[in-house]
Amino acid sequence: MRFTAMLMAAASVFAVSAAHAQTPVKVKIGVLNDQSGLYADLGGQGSVWAAKKAVSDFNAASKGLQVEVVFADHQNKADVGTSIARQWYDVDGVDLIVDTPNSGVALAVSQVTKEKNKVFINSGAATSDLTGKACSPNTVHWTYDTWALANGTGKAMTKNGGDTWFFLTADYAFGHALERDTSEVVKANGGKVVGNVRVPLNNADFSSFLLQAQSSKAKVIGLANAGGDTINSIKQAAEYGIVEGGQKLAGLLIFLTDVHSLGLKTAQGLNLTSAWYWDMTDANRAFAKEFSAANGGKFPTDVMAGVYSGVTHYLKAVEATKSAKDGAAVVAEMKKIPTDDKLFGKGEVRADGRQIHPMYLFEVKKPSESKGPYDYYTLKATIPANEAFRPLDQGDCPLVKKT
Amino acid sequence: MFELIGVAPQALFGQLLLGLINGAFYAMLSLGLAVIFGLLNVINFTHGAQYMMGAFGAWMALNYLGIPFWGALIVSPIVVAIIGMIIERTLLRRLYNLDHLYGLLLTFGLALIIEGLFRRQYGSSGLPYGNPLPGGTNLGFMFLPNYRAFVVVASLVVCLVTWFVIERTKLGSYLRAATERPDLVQAFGIDVPRMITLTYGFGVGLAALAGVLAAPAYQVSPTMGSNLIIVVFAVVVIGGMGSIMGAIVTGFGLGVVEGLTKVFYPEASSTVIFVIMAIVLMVKPTGLFGTAK
Repeated sequence: MRFTAMLMAAASVFAVSAAHAQTPVKVKIGVLNDQSGLYADLGGQGSVWAAKKAVSDFNAASKGLQVEVVFADHQNKADVGTSIARQWYDVDGVDLIVDTPNSGVALAVSQVTKEKNKVFINSGAATSDLTGKACSPNTVHWTYDTWALANGTGKAMTKNGGDTWFFLTADYAFGHALERDTSEVVKANGGKVVGNVRVPLNNADFSSFLLQAQSSKAKVIGLANAGGDTINSIKQAAEYGIVEGGQKLAGLLIFLTDVHSLGLKTAQGLNLTSAWYWDMTDANRAFAKEFSAANGGKFPTDVMAGVYSGVTHYLKAVEATKSAKDGAAVVAEMKKIPTDDKLFGKGEVRADGRQIHPMYLFEVKKPSESKGPYDYYTLKATIPANEAFRPLDQGDCPLVKKT
Repeated sequence: MFELIGVAPQALFGQLLLGLINGAFYAMLSLGLAVIFGLLNVINFTHGAQYMMGAFGAWMALNYLGIPFWGALIVSPIVVAIIGMIIERTLLRRLYNLDHLYGLLLTFGLALIIEGLFRRQYGSSGLPYGNPLPGGTNLGFMFLPNYRAFVVVASLVVCLVTWFVIERTKLGSYLRAATERPDLVQAFGIDVPRMITLTYGFGVGLAALAGVLAAPAYQVSPTMGSNLIIVVFAVVVIGGMGSIMGAIVTGFGLGVVEGLTKVFYPEASSTVIFVIMAIVLMVKPTGLFGTAK
């Protein structure tokens, strides 16, 4: 608190001495994500760092903004997430909530944000419903979604001859959405879904399900799960010789931290879709280097980069509207000005709240090809921004006017 | 008959075998719990964390000391057991005269602390650990990975040896006597406190051994124990608290039941054990193999 007070003092001194001598616009950003559970590595403290980095790179103080960043742990529980959101909005004066992985929590927080007329920029959650049926004038979905993942990995594998699919699906909102979106892509590209199995969340042993997938004789086994579930299914698929037997694994949602946890020996050859990878441009590499130095040698994920990019664009909008209090007005401004930052490049926020940027199809390297820490991916294809996400008119978002 | 339930016999045999493999982990973990509860009267909630420490021990042995899996199989349980004995000497010992609840709270708190420390150091998504026995055998009805076959055999041997030592040897009879009448056994010149420390160490070592065995098959992560421990407690309750043979038989048995559920109705596979627990508690509250004290 003392540090905050010092910052505020410093900022006000700065503001007074500035030429226009206005009282600064106060902005409070809350990073709400999993700080301790299975998604803590892909967001967690890394996302908090990314949000703070975005604020300092933006030079907020010199632009008349006085920004504070706070964070909390939603423990992957929707009730915990919404009560923190209410506390932040009602009592603590938070204007923006960012990150929030876990589709269940994200949908609930989006609802609260709309009710309180604040802003919610989601980077970590996957469900495409955030900009579909459940879209909101106060919510922006930044990094990726189930439709984009399905469209990337699903399409590429079906077109490469993987025309029969069997799904291992995590039995909750996210898994169902990912399976649904991928099935549609597979069918649209001439493939067939021959079976699926709904696996309870946090299952340790996948042998039985893998055997069912094996006996289905499907060419591709689609993993519509995340985190530890994905890691365990890939690890055990190797044990049962599934890939050697000629079937392919499609990890539909795989983060850099998952590959790190699996090790290249097990993960090599996997295809995956991601919005951002650290080793693509000089700006990304510089960001990763700085991140790594500040976070004990870890490297940033696409979710953290999305937080950086989202917060940057939000601050631009607040600078233009000169107030953070009316959330819907800030989001409207975010949709009006094009997005442009060093990590995600140029893009836009669509009417339904979907941020549009290219997606990338990667293949995991062999251990012999990897030259340094976290050197894990080879770029296979770039999906241009206008093809990477669900077309605006197909999402059933009430904000989009039907013509 | 098999066609009646809509599953080919081959698939069924495969699933039965898989159930046994899963049951091997349940059996080893619930065995350790049963030994500790039977002889110390402590409900050891740290068991899951100790299982996790066993797996991490294997990882550390490999990455920091270059000790391969087979060495870790011995080193890691011993180290974790020593840590367990230190906990028993310094903390648990003070609670023996109090209600079970205090031991439960202490061990639960310890489990949270240990998990938190590991998460802080190694992150939540886990670490890679290679398979020491790659490849497998085609049994005709299923592909059996060599490593899984090894796990079943190893755990059966460990379980049976433990049962034999406790129920059929002189050492075991001392142990059982010490739980019934510690004062009398002490009067015969046997160092009861030391025996209890060693017993706790042994139970913890069993958990760590299961952890080492799990490292090549499952994700080595800080939460791997807490995900499993609740199921294992249900296994112990179904088998009868403190019953050694009960823990072994129900461990393997419930593994098979869970395996079959994964074929017929996968959505229920994470709950079926608790349904069975509820039924057993209604019909026979002491558990299938338990006796009322």
